[in-house]
Amino acid sequence: MKKILVLFSHPKFEKSRANAALVNHIIDMEGVTFHDLYERYPDFHIDVSTEKELLNAHDVIIWHHPFYWYSCPPLMKQWMDMVLEFDWAYGPNGNALQNKTCLNVITTGGSREVYCSEGSNSFTVSQFLRPFEQTATLCGMEYLLPFTVMETHKLSDVDLSNYAIQYGNLITLLKDNLTKKDCKGFSFLNDIPKLKNQ
Amino acid sequence: MTGSILFEAIVFLAGAIICVSIAKRLGLSSVIGYLLAGVLIGPYVLGFIGKEGEDILHFAEFGVVMMLFLIGLEIEPKNFWNMRKTILGMGGIQVGGTMLLSYILFSILGFEWKVALVISMAVALSSTAIAMQTIKEKRLMDTTFGTASFSILLFQDIIVIFMLGFIPLLSNAEDNASAEKHSEHANLLENLPIGFQTLAIILSVVLIIVAGRYLIVPMLRKVAKTGVRELLIAAAFLIVFGISFTMEYVGISPALGAFLGGVVLSNSEFKHELESTLEPFKNLLLGLFFMAVGASINFIVIAKNPLTIGGILIAIIALKALVLFITGHIFKLKIDQKLLLTFSLAQIGEFAFVLLSFAFGLNILEQDQMDMLLVITALSMSLTPIIGMINERFILPRIGTKEYVKRPMDHIAKSQKIILVGFGHFGSTIGRFLRSHGVEATILDHDSNRVDFLRKMGFEVYYGDATRLDLLESAGIAEAKIIICATNKIEVSKAISKIIKEKYPHVEFMIRTKNRYDAYELLNLGNENIYRESLETSLTLAKDVLSKMGFRKYTLNRQVHNFIKYDEDSLRRLASEPKREDTYIFKARKELEQQEKFLNEDFKRGIVEYDNHWDSEHIRKALEKTKDE
Repeated sequence: MKKILVLFSHPKFEKSRANAALVNHIIDMEGVTFHDLYERYPDFHIDVSTEKELLNAHDVIIWHHPFYWYSCPPLMKQWMDMVLEFDWAYGPNGNALQNKTCLNVITTGGSREVYCSEGSNSFTVSQFLRPFEQTATLCGMEYLLPFTVMETHKLSDVDLSNYAIQYGNLITLLKDNLTKKDCKGFSFLNDIPKLKNQ
Repeated sequence: MTGSILFEAIVFLAGAIICVSIAKRLGLSSVIGYLLAGVLIGPYVLGFIGKEGEDILHFAEFGVVMMLFLIGLEIEPKNFWNMRKTILGMGGIQVGGTMLLSYILFSILGFEWKVALVISMAVALSSTAIAMQTIKEKRLMDTTFGTASFSILLFQDIIVIFMLGFIPLLSNAEDNASAEKHSEHANLLENLPIGFQTLAIILSVVLIIVAGRYLIVPMLRKVAKTGVRELLIAAAFLIVFGISFTMEYVGISPALGAFLGGVVLSNSEFKHELESTLEPFKNLLLGLFFMAVGASINFIVIAKNPLTIGGILIAIIALKALVLFITGHIFKLKIDQKLLLTFSLAQIGEFAFVLLSFAFGLNILEQDQMDMLLVITALSMSLTPIIGMINERFILPRIGTKEYVKRPMDHIAKSQKIILVGFGHFGSTIGRFLRSHGVEATILDHDSNRVDFLRKMGFEVYYGDATRLDLLESAGIAEAKIIICATNKIEVSKAISKIIKEKYPHVEFMIRTKNRYDAYELLNLGNENIYRESLETSLTLAKDVLSKMGFRKYTLNRQVHNFIKYDEDSLRRLASEPKREDTYIFKARKELEQQEKFLNEDFKRGIVEYDNHWDSEHIRKALEKTKDE
């Protein structure tokens, strides 16, 4: 069974309905370490060695965050800048993260429709996530598709709890081993048959 | 000359006050002042003090005992143990070398071998009183030179026990019976063989250590509980008297015993209390001791044989200096440290009075030999501070390093000087943090214990009242970039603020204040950088309370910053309001009114509201609004 690290970063978690639903559902699952970055490092002073130990102890890394201005909140970026060190995460001797699995779990206000070349956001979610994808790749990790909860402002409580259940199912799949092969032909993890059939 | 004790006291005290203040005014060591006072009031100049000078000398030797007790207090047992090699090595070389050379010298001068041996013993011993007082006055105790001098003097204190045990063996057997009657130093162990004596000495040292732990400390605790201050003074004296008496009883130098007692008590919680209690008494008694030495210089003996005495005096000082220099060289002291050591221990010390009169009592020495040597001893002690001064003023500046050396600093510290006033809990935190960044603040503090400690830690410290312009100037206010006032005494910060505004307006002044009322005053004096000690710590605590109740930490952080900004704004707003001179009660009521006003304003201004960025609820409401329209 693979071990899962959820790196959660949300500067206003207390005001987020969607993320409250998602987090509450998975936080106590077996094999999941929920790591609340904004609560742990409210002054942005990241403890790099602790973070490295956490990464070493897990097989799947989830970057769970709201999609702010087509990217992550600043502490998440700070985490990447500080923790993914040269010759540890990448570089000639940087193989600490080799063969781990990595993905983004994001919440957005915009709908699927606006994230395309014809839509108001001009680009797809995957295109916006390229920096994350490449970061993972450079660190030798297998980067999966994003799991997204979109149009959060319009979702009802029932919608949200459905998404939360789906997130839980995803975690179960990841524990069993979910690979790039399972993602072929899709844009979002939400759509892959394995998850839909669960 | 009247025999009244009051009159003598007046003579001594007046002599001390006049001569020492003149010496200090001229930048000389206080020891010179005391010695000079002694010569002046002594039998050969003004004649206020006659034969009784010798009794006073014995009484005043108690100052030396107290000094060693105080030195012991500053040396923890662990450090004392670490010094054992220096004590044995340096002390051994110094005493051995000096004895050898002076024995040769006095043999050549035609003295009988027994006499030459006794004299060489006396010559080998230096003056703890003179040397240590000078070292402490210049605060050089923590230097290599300081430890070296101290180690040698300590070794001498130990070896003198054996010398006193050895001298009787030199006297002729038939004289022995009469000698014992003469001896002032009769003690318990005199008739025991050397082996038993050593055993007894070791036993008494153990006794001091055990008594220190299990008798003295519990006693001090009881005394402290009574809360009567003078009882503690009495207890301090009781300890020193008690140890001295016991030690004299078994024939050990009381100074050595007192030193050991001090070491034993240096780990106890009463260390500082004992120090501050005994310090002034010690200084006065030492002063008395120096005056007695000055008064005992027999000018008639000098007048009889000026050339012989002068010659021997110079020869002895040169010989002692040579041995000390070599000792310093063997132990790899730096040149300036070596010279300081050489000149500060090159006198014959107070032990010579004891040894010589003891030998005289045993008929080993003749009257004129003893008189001459006593004069030489007193003269050599009197010359020490003068030689030391010559060394410091004329020799060291040329070959050694300067008395005050700036430690190498990095470029930040060099170009931007920081002065830190007050090194209590608040100031020390500032100082430590600055130092961890390689920034060495110049510290001003008025607590002498703390100043000593900080100097030991290598800080640049000025001791005294920080509101004195001259002290601030010698600390370098003219080149300073920032002055930090880390005391919360409003009078101090106001006084420094005034000095800065009037004379050094380019210096930034950063001030700790107790509360907002002190902050108002300082703001109205035109200061900007004001740090209320009650503000941020209380907010941090409040923040942690809310965090434990479930509020998010990052949000709380932002709120704290908002609160501080808001509070600083209101502080400045209120500072400019005119104030009246209020009575205390009125002030307290006004304070409550102001608190009420603050609390109401907090809600009105909405500082407890969150900011709105990426607030999905807020966005949702806005979206609904547009839909409705």
